[in-house]
Amino acid sequence: MAEFSVDPYADLYARRTSGMSASEVRALFAVASRPEVVSLAGGMPFVQALPREDVLEVVRQVVVELGDVALQYGGGIGHLALRERLSELMAEEGAQADPEAIVVTAGAQQALDLIGKVFIDPGDEIVVEGPSYVGALSAFGAYEPRYVPVELDDDGMIVEQLEESLLKGARPKFVYTVPTFHNPAGVTMTTARRERLVALCREAAVPIIEDNPYGMLRFEGTRPPTLKSLDPHNVIYLGTASKVFAPGVRLGWAAAELGVIQRMVLAKEAADLCGSNLTQLIGERYLSGDRWRGNLRTLVDTYRSRRDAMLTSLNEHFPEAATWTHPSGGFYVWVTVPDYFDTSALLAAAVERRVAYVPGTAFYPDGRGRNRMRLSFSFPPEEAIREGVARLGNLLADEEELYRSLRR
Amino acid sequence: MTRVAVLAGGRSPEREVSIRSGHRVHQALAGRGHEAFLLDPSDAPLVEGLASGRADVCYLALHGRDGEDGTIQRLLELIRLPYTGTAPFECQLAFDKVLAKEALRAAGVPTPEWATIQAAALKDLSAGRILDVAAERVGFPAVVKPARSGSAMGVRFVDREAELPAAVMSALSFSDAAIIERKIEGTEVAAGLVGNPAEALPLVEIVPKSGVYDYASRYTAGATEYFAPARLEAEIGAACAREAARSFRALGLRDVTRVDLMVDRQGRPWVLEVNVSPGMTETSLLPMAAEAAGIPLETLCERILEAALARN
Repeated sequence: MAEFSVDPYADLYARRTSGMSASEVRALFAVASRPEVVSLAGGMPFVQALPREDVLEVVRQVVVELGDVALQYGGGIGHLALRERLSELMAEEGAQADPEAIVVTAGAQQALDLIGKVFIDPGDEIVVEGPSYVGALSAFGAYEPRYVPVELDDDGMIVEQLEESLLKGARPKFVYTVPTFHNPAGVTMTTARRERLVALCREAAVPIIEDNPYGMLRFEGTRPPTLKSLDPHNVIYLGTASKVFAPGVRLGWAAAELGVIQRMVLAKEAADLCGSNLTQLIGERYLSGDRWRGNLRTLVDTYRSRRDAMLTSLNEHFPEAATWTHPSGGFYVWVTVPDYFDTSALLAAAVERRVAYVPGTAFYPDGRGRNRMRLSFSFPPEEAIREGVARLGNLLADEEELYRSLRR
Repeated sequence: MTRVAVLAGGRSPEREVSIRSGHRVHQALAGRGHEAFLLDPSDAPLVEGLASGRADVCYLALHGRDGEDGTIQRLLELIRLPYTGTAPFECQLAFDKVLAKEALRAAGVPTPEWATIQAAALKDLSAGRILDVAAERVGFPAVVKPARSGSAMGVRFVDREAELPAAVMSALSFSDAAIIERKIEGTEVAAGLVGNPAEALPLVEIVPKSGVYDYASRYTAGATEYFAPARLEAEIGAACAREAARSFRALGLRDVTRVDLMVDRQGRPWVLEVNVSPGMTETSLLPMAAEAAGIPLETLCERILEAALARN
């Protein structure tokens, strides 16, 4: 008799890896990424629109003129010229931050991980929205927090629920929110709720993490104030170049009070010594001057048309019982279908019909969201969006019929 | 030296598993000096790719729909290219749990009580009350499975009637029919059979740490403990091997098969299903069974290949 050990270290792994396993849904995405499948799943920026010649010129300058710096190690906090540029960008969104209060990270995703590392001890409470950005849940999850759930509606986070939790004695380490063009929900927090949230958290001395990747992708309407502008001291602001430039350069940042930045810099140095000077300088050059703004306008126009195509198709093809959000910016529409649907199970049938989405449970830490799905309009052309939504609508109609016949 | 096209990938939900199986088979055959190359039928124009005389034989490392249900086999029959594994009709029979279980029962092989739910019957024949009848017939706890799928995808355990509709909906997402099967409590084992006539490999006992041998337990390294040979009394092990061999014959299989069984608390074996294209990944059962018999992966793949070539 022999015990077969596929992985001899199976008993040695840290507890925090227990959730890191193979999954049916991930396996289905292997089929969903086939070219014949219309993927409304991934939130990929439309990098095809980037002016390649401009990018090439920037890369040339950086390598030829700044090679000695660009190809060398840098400081953990990030390249100063870039931090100055990011500080100016934030000011355009109404958020103030001194370049010395900014740490550059490998995408905002690394900032989420560093925040988890700096703030969360196992068992600590943190507040995340239901639903929440799946990448934040994976980043925080590794530090073994307990989640205080707070739902959101069309006006963003339901701040009253947070207030109730605090009254009942919740003592979260922080509140994490994507207040503008939420991922996955597509909604934007109203100004009134922003003000309430900021006041509440200041009073309770709970910092707010404001994750703002999509703020500059506004299709219409006026911009509500950033949380950071409402309370510069109690808000840790996260930004990214992924949506205004390219995710391939992996540039994000966090702006926060000195104590937080110091710890995040030390944590970052422990993780990867320093960010890439090469991409930081490329990012700095690209975001200097005004040419990138032309590309941003193109992107916003493109995303707006795609959003319109998706909303029109949803009206046309989705069953009456389904509801969805109407984003005025960003990448996502969040769909709610009747309770008897399990969108994780349904994904197999969807992929069979050559369309993919992300099942709702991915966006909750506790198994909720079974009857929800995230649809992304950022990447596929309008025609593909219309086709994909139609395929999905037909599937939902067939499933409704099946369910009714089971109930007969 | 043989020129072998290793077919892997495809469009079934088990695409990822198949790619891993194919990669290992390719390495194993290339390591033995064969001129092996990987071919993904969802990428390459298959008939043209194979008809140009690049391959003497196909090793089928495809899993799931199109790869295990007779589709690819019929295509290869048409272009007269030898391939590993079972013939088209028998593939279709073995892959469809409804047909396979009916054939096994007819041959006297013990398989757990079940009821079949077909989507068409529900929709077109107004057979909605069939769920109540099925529940009564099978009893609880039960397992709901897609009739035609693999890797435990779409499989749900059901403890009471209220959970049944959702589980059936979920299974029907993977296939046009579902079976509701009585859940057998006990020890899960897999029996590997290789060659013609089939040689039985040692039984592999499966002990998932989560208690359920689902997709995560199957494909996350370290999530399941395996024992080979299985820790069963000799007579019980022999009974399992006997039923596996009977299944192999009853369904007309050839070259390679994995039979999945449960041994209940009384020591009786029950055949759950057969797989005509068993997984060959790092965490797969057939390579483990072979290893327990002192057969390295390279030799296992070669034997399967030789079984196919011997037919021609």
